[in-house]
Amino acid sequence: MCLGVPGRIVEIVDAANAIAIADVAGVRRKVGLTCILEDGATPESCIGDWVLIHVGFAMSRIDEAEAKATLAMLAALGEEDELAAWAPPR
Amino acid sequence: MRFVDEFRDPALAKTLLREIEALAAEVSAVRGRPIAIMEICGGHTHAIFRFGIEGMLPPSIELIHGPGCPVCVLPMGRVDDCIALAEMPGVTLATFGDALRVPGARGSLMEAKARGLDVRTVYSPMDALAIARAEPERTVVFFGLGFETTMPSTALTVLQAEREDIRNFSLFCNHITIIPTIQALLDEPDLRIDGFLGPGHVSMVIGTEPYRFVAERYARPLVVSGFEPLDVLQSLWMVLKQMRDGRAEVENQYARVARDAGSRVAQDAVARVFELREFFEWRGLGTIPHSGVRLREAYAAWDAERRFLLPNLRVADPEACQCGDVLTGRIRPRDCRVFGKACTPATPLGALMVSSEGACAAYHRYGALAREPA
Ligand code: SF4
Repeated sequence: MCLGVPGRIVEIVDAANAIAIADVAGVRRKVGLTCILEDGATPESCIGDWVLIHVGFAMSRIDEAEAKATLAMLAALGEEDELAAWAPPR
Repeated sequence: MRFVDEFRDPALAKTLLREIEALAAEVSAVRGRPIAIMEICGGHTHAIFRFGIEGMLPPSIELIHGPGCPVCVLPMGRVDDCIALAEMPGVTLATFGDALRVPGARGSLMEAKARGLDVRTVYSPMDALAIARAEPERTVVFFGLGFETTMPSTALTVLQAEREDIRNFSLFCNHITIIPTIQALLDEPDLRIDGFLGPGHVSMVIGTEPYRFVAERYARPLVVSGFEPLDVLQSLWMVLKQMRDGRAEVENQYARVARDAGSRVAQDAVARVFELREFFEWRGLGTIPHSGVRLREAYAAWDAERRFLLPNLRVADPEACQCGDVLTGRIRPRDCRVFGKACTPATPLGALMVSSEGACAAYHRYGALAREPA
């Protein structure tokens, strides 16, 4: 129940109530957008966004830059190890 | 799927495991015992078992599976209340699939459904509201449960019911809040937890600030974590790094989804609709002050507890159950005297054996991957 699923907003079905359709791994699901509509943003502005969905509501946008930064940090960690492995014995 | 496969990269997992092993060896040598790290959230428990993470970790790390599975901590009496509601004439009881199999003193909701009561599974509280809208002759009660993660959805559904003035809908509110429970755990006299993985999806709503007391008052590192294998491994590594450096801080590994400030809209909806209860009872943990919420007076018309007379009985857990000891990390699931014998996923005695987020169900299902106790 607490496991969220990522999906992408593809269509607005009820703008007045901020209800959209999200594509979740190829399945179309109805989701509420209210939680991600900060400061007067319109439902339409969410189309194309990747979001995390919980019990029928988009709860948060998935921040691409943050995701990439985390992955880059981990990749760098791997390279460091590799370098260490290749270092000539002293 | 976007940022799912990436966070399952085996090569990066290997790197992290190597780092974790080195750090854990260093820190546990200083402390003279294995490092105990609790994942608070059932979602993490699920991920840890599903991906076999526990089995990959060195013996110098012990994972303790915490109480963050809302289905698992639901007291039996609450299930009985649901059945009593479903028995009332004209009532349709709607809830999440997970809640259906939890045993109460009078059996589970699934069994009640098999007896012919109108119990329906919904994916979202909005689906329960849709039933009320479509079937005005039914009295629809949504059995709402979950931590801060699901609270906003329920709150928004109640607000929607108010907006449309749908009167044949009400909420049986069993939402609980994680912070007082972490506090209660930290106050246990025999506490043996060195650090925490924080629940990422709770933080998506409440942010990271509410955990500050864990670091500042109890000097335990807490890293808010995502739910993919690399998320969990990176978070464990971050906890260990804090320990090695002699720090205790709240850090956020899951910044791609959980912002430090959380979601203001979600927080506002929750604050508008709910207020704290003085006490709430947790299965296996007893009564914890301010750990549950109820509807505010202004929403009394949608409050099942105000509208219907519920038995509201306290029901003791079966004598043989040791769910409380498992939830607080005193024993491992397989050390419970009925684990795998009287209590199995097909015949659960305790709720930890029911939910996919429950530690006992996970041990039972993925037991072969779990490490033998040292
Ligand atoms: S085995 Fe069953 S009774 Fe024992 S702790 Fe697990 S769920 Fe509870």
